[in-house]
Amino acid sequence: MRSQKLIAAMAVVIAAHAPWALGATRTEIDQLRSEVAAMRSDYEARIAALEARLAAAEKAVENADPTEPAPFVQPPLAQAGTAAGNEFNPAASLILTGTYGQLSQNPNTYQIGGFVPSNGEVGPPGRSFRLGESELTLSANIDPYFSGYFVGAFDGDNGTSVEEAYVRHVGLIPGGTIRFGRMLSGFGYINETHAHAWDFVDAPLALQAFFGGQLKDDGVQARWVAPTALLVEVGVEVGLGDEFPGTDREKNGANLLMLFGHIGGDVGFSNSYRFGATVYRSKATQRRYEDLDEFGTPVTNAFTGDTDMWGLDFVWKWAPDGNAVAHSLKLQAEYFHRNENGSLTFDLDGPQDATGNYNSDQDGWYAQAVYQFMPRWRVGARYDQLDSGSTDTGLVESGVLPAADFPILANHDPRRTTTMIDFSPSEFSRLRLQYAWDQARFTDTDDQLLLQYIMSLGAHGAHKF
Amino acid sequence: MNRWSVLAGVLLSAWVSTPALAAVNVFACVPEWASLARELGGDKVSVYQASSPLQDPHRIEARPSLVAQMRRADLVICTGAELETGWLPVLMQTAGNRNVQPGTPGYIAAADYVDRLEIPTRLDRAAGDIHPGGNPHVQLDPRNIAKIATVVSDRLAKIDPKDAAFYAARGEDFQTRWKAALSRWEIEAQPLKGMRLVPYHKDSVYLINWLGMVEVMDIEPKPGIPPSAGYLAELVQRIQRDGADAITHSMYTDPKEPQWLADHTHVPLVDLPYTVGGTPGATDLFGLFDDIIARLQQARK
Repeated sequence: MRSQKLIAAMAVVIAAHAPWALGATRTEIDQLRSEVAAMRSDYEARIAALEARLAAAEKAVENADPTEPAPFVQPPLAQAGTAAGNEFNPAASLILTGTYGQLSQNPNTYQIGGFVPSNGEVGPPGRSFRLGESELTLSANIDPYFSGYFVGAFDGDNGTSVEEAYVRHVGLIPGGTIRFGRMLSGFGYINETHAHAWDFVDAPLALQAFFGGQLKDDGVQARWVAPTALLVEVGVEVGLGDEFPGTDREKNGANLLMLFGHIGGDVGFSNSYRFGATVYRSKATQRRYEDLDEFGTPVTNAFTGDTDMWGLDFVWKWAPDGNAVAHSLKLQAEYFHRNENGSLTFDLDGPQDATGNYNSDQDGWYAQAVYQFMPRWRVGARYDQLDSGSTDTGLVESGVLPAADFPILANHDPRRTTTMIDFSPSEFSRLRLQYAWDQARFTDTDDQLLLQYIMSLGAHGAHKF
Repeated sequence: MNRWSVLAGVLLSAWVSTPALAAVNVFACVPEWASLARELGGDKVSVYQASSPLQDPHRIEARPSLVAQMRRADLVICTGAELETGWLPVLMQTAGNRNVQPGTPGYIAAADYVDRLEIPTRLDRAAGDIHPGGNPHVQLDPRNIAKIATVVSDRLAKIDPKDAAFYAARGEDFQTRWKAALSRWEIEAQPLKGMRLVPYHKDSVYLINWLGMVEVMDIEPKPGIPPSAGYLAELVQRIQRDGADAITHSMYTDPKEPQWLADHTHVPLVDLPYTVGGTPGATDLFGLFDDIIARLQQARK
């Protein structure tokens, strides 16, 4: 009875509450639904807002807030720099050269008559097939302050030499550059260029007579470019001066002093030119050379004293509209003057050892023209002239020795005419045919026919003007 | 005669000096960056243009005048990617200007700021004069110009902070006009899609890529190697067999070989400016693309 009542009461209670419960649940569910819907639309709105902000921010980054300079962004390392793609490895290149020579005179008897022998690289490359100089060039930045440059020369006779090895610093003062180490000296124009960049197989006679090939020096060179629209550049070089015409004097201080200046500019877009002037002084102590006495016996003579030189150089380049692909013309000329003043010792350490004053004034010049008449083909002509000038040898003046004891110093005006044609299949390869009439010897003209190849592999070298 | 008036115009524009109070001296290696610098710098910059649009940019020499001008430069804008590798390093080493060395704010290598095409997978000179960093002729895609313009504007403001607002305003103005022009060009150049071109040298790669054209073959057998007579005859055969819509010739190259090819294949020859000042119509960067598209449309007819 009671359980029935209880159940009925419970049922009533439940029934009484049920609609409420159901209603509440329904309401709650509806509430929940609407809440969820509200949440969803709320979040959707917020996500849309975020996306819009992101898009706007991306756009803003693209356009970059210009009122404030963006921080300097170094471009990605993999693409930066003008070095040939090797960031920490140096740019390396190798020049391969060689010749085939047909010479009417024996190259071993070559001499530049009237001039003290330099014991350097004189005369044409030899007869038949010869390996020329192979040059290995390495260059790279050392750090933010310095860059380094090295050229090693391997000649065909298995001699190796350091042709250039120097460190460069740019901009100590605005317009200034400093180099220290070994370098081709800044005398004139062609002395500073490497043989593989020359327009002829061999060096001008003046370079051979006065520098024994090319003048190199261990020292410091400083240049300054003036802040003008026309190029005005001045330089000073001090160094050891142990290469001909100087010697290693085992003394403190600089044995070589050189000053040079250049002026250069354009005439229109088609023409560019450079004028230069150089003065040079070095000293020598017992600078030896081999000669013959009046009886033909070999003797060793030696010069001690000062060498003063001055020179002028001139280069003019023309190309139509400045575009040198099909046609171009290059004119080049240099003048050298040398005065040597000191003493000359005859037969040094020998039985006839004698010393007297020595003063010589000599000069020489060359002029050349190279014309590119079609893409990859050029022809050139060069004339060399030297003047043995006046030589005062004290021992001869005073009658102690006859002039015949100094055969190499006899008056003579060496000259040479050279013509060439070359073909460059690409900018990295060149083949040259050269013909010269060489009258450097006292007598006998040397007819020289030379065929040459010049090839470069590795990093693309930059070419000076 | 056209060539002379173009050259005269170029020389004039290259040598017109801005007022003596110009704040920033800009040295631009090639005409496109000179034009960009003038757009973005206005009268606050004095722009020196190192080469003319008729000069092959690969073959420029480090002349004395370039050394003198680089010495005075506050900002150097070059292409990079080894385009100027034959002469720019000499200027950098001899001009005595520490502020424009690579890696400093005073130096911009434009190609570093864009995506480059044709990056070689193998570096070998047997393939001709290839550039390890990819094709450097980046100026012929206007989208690249926009990116480079941003860098130039920022750098001008950095070098000359007192005029930063001026450079910002000018830069924004340029970008707005450039965007509008870009949309216009893309619409105008729709008919050029799929056009088959035979350029002389691989210097139009970015243009071809932008406009969806096709580079059928080059007149040069390999970059930097001129075609032999035998190769030209072979090209005639290939063009007649495969078909081409135009032979293009950039104004800094010799027109003889493209002209010969056009005469023997009856494919029209199109002279393209390649850079600002290359043709009378390419007076500035906007004119450059206007003229290129107009000339290509002309050939399409």
